Amino acid sequence: MLRVKDVSKVYKTGMFGGSEFTAVSGVSFDVEPGEVVSLIGESGSGKTTVGKMILRLTGVTSGSITFGGVEVSALRKSQLRGYYAQVQGVFQDPFSSYNPVFKADRVFELIRGNYLRGMSRSEWNGKVRRSLEDVGLEPADVLGKYPHQLSGGQLQRLLIARALLLDIQFLVADEIISMLDASTRIDVLNLLGDLKARGLGILFVTHDLSLGNYISDKTIILRRGRIVEMGATEKVFGDPRHAYTRMLLSSVPQFGHKWEKLEDLDLSESDAASADMRPGVLDEGAAGDLLEVDRDHFVATG
Amino acid sequence: MSLTVDNLRVYYRTLRGDVRALDGVTFRVEDGEIMGIAGESGCGKTTLGKSLIRLDGRMRYIEGKVQIDGVDLPIADTGAMDAFRYRSVSIIPQQAMSALNPIRKIGRMIEELLDSRGVSYDETKPELSRRLRLVGLDDGVLDRFPIELSGGMKQRVVLVLSTLLDPSLLIADELTSALDVSTQKAVAEMLVEFRDRSFVKSTLVITHDLSILYQIADTILVMYAGKLVEKGPSSELTAEPRHPYTQLLLGSLPEVGVRFNERRLTGIAGRPPSLLDPPTGCRFRDRCPLAFAKCSEEPPFVEVEPGRFAACWKASD
Repeated sequence: MLRVKDVSKVYKTGMFGGSEFTAVSGVSFDVEPGEVVSLIGESGSGKTTVGKMILRLTGVTSGSITFGGVEVSALRKSQLRGYYAQVQGVFQDPFSSYNPVFKADRVFELIRGNYLRGMSRSEWNGKVRRSLEDVGLEPADVLGKYPHQLSGGQLQRLLIARALLLDIQFLVADEIISMLDASTRIDVLNLLGDLKARGLGILFVTHDLSLGNYISDKTIILRRGRIVEMGATEKVFGDPRHAYTRMLLSSVPQFGHKWEKLEDLDLSESDAASADMRPGVLDEGAAGDLLEVDRDHFVATG
Repeated sequence: MSLTVDNLRVYYRTLRGDVRALDGVTFRVEDGEIMGIAGESGCGKTTLGKSLIRLDGRMRYIEGKVQIDGVDLPIADTGAMDAFRYRSVSIIPQQAMSALNPIRKIGRMIEELLDSRGVSYDETKPELSRRLRLVGLDDGVLDRFPIELSGGMKQRVVLVLSTLLDPSLLIADELTSALDVSTQKAVAEMLVEFRDRSFVKSTLVITHDLSILYQIADTILVMYAGKLVEKGPSSELTAEPRHPYTQLLLGSLPEVGVRFNERRLTGIAGRPPSLLDPPTGCRFRDRCPLAFAKCSEEPPFVEVEPGRFAACWKASD
């Protein structure tokens, strides 16, 4: 359904764009209907940039992104509207996604004004009610309220409901539950699981390995703009082949088994990683081509 | 005994009345103990941390007593508290990495800080260098501006500078939350290292992340809606939580290995009560599957078995 092929993104930085910063480099993957793909990476890995390129919030420098066989970057204005009727994004901070001056359900009216102008009021109201029910919200609890009267979980669900009004086929979910409280975040995550069962393709962008492991069918580990490991979630998590993936997994705090004590407090490795993220210092060839080590399990060489 | 807190109440003044953010908490932290304070947003964990060092303008001290190493901490008197700040109680506030002065080099900033406490920078410098090395930094950072450092480096600088005078108590509020997993592990382990080397006597680690506390804390204190809910040794509390809130909270956390397709986790329905006018009785009662008539009386925070405390009528069953 969605195919990302050899996509790179280079930002011009510095005064007059004198230097370049490669945020994403040669990334390829597919997402099928009814599939949740996790894009996991640390800060600066380029995971958000990939989501933004799919949503055309930023252009690709090279490579192609196709949706249903159609090149996304070539879409003209009227076609783009059709694209957004099928592909939507929800982002990290539900509190700043709303205009605090207006009622939260205004995001629905904007959808109606832009995409569904011909629909009768009663038909529209029924649609709003259905999509609210789909995301587990009671219409009376949320309609007519201002953003500050609602919890982060409710606001985030409203944004998902908004996307569902359009009968979308693909959702980019970028860190959508990072700001929610532990006791409510899992329900929003389960909601993605339920939507997947209805055929929605989802790109779940996160830094949290356990969340990616919980919800996704396929996992992509991104580091400094490149894919280091990719494949079926149970393979990437159950049999991690790349040193970086292993390092990430061993750093995740888990109950019932304590971290292995660091030999010494030498952090040059992680420091080097962050230093390299500064513009212009991306080392080329840090990760090579992807090698298929097992069925549906790819690992970067080098 | 390092820290004792007895029936501490701190409210926030708002136009609509007092918000009872910290509503009567009693606990103690032993020498050498790392205690984790966990809870969701609005549970009062940050208010508790801030109360022990500085009440901001909206915070109002109601009652309660705090002692550090047997000495009364005058938390209601911000002037008198100054003698204790940094020397005996030190805090790493939330978003500490953005609290570094952006127009001062790190070294200069530390110098000013020590100056304000009447401590000589030059005399402290060898120890400062030693501790920077310990956290994997060299003296070079002293000549750098904060913008030149990564998030993890800044957190380590903040950790070193806030413990430079060997405070009795360090309060670390969401120290590791904004960091990547690999850096998070390193910084969290430094908290343990600093305790092991007696740079601090005891530490309060405030976080929403129970799994980090399982890794580094000796004991965990769980808060809900301004009250203490449960306390116990971290491995016991996370393995066998006694309070229904802790049980449900732990049950809602996905761990590596748990998959949606195989085992569907559930969250806790509802949301915490408003602390403007909190309900009487147990504050978790509306969301609690075990609630019964007696829950309209407030359950006391009591020892249900040696070392384990809980505030629930059903916890001792």
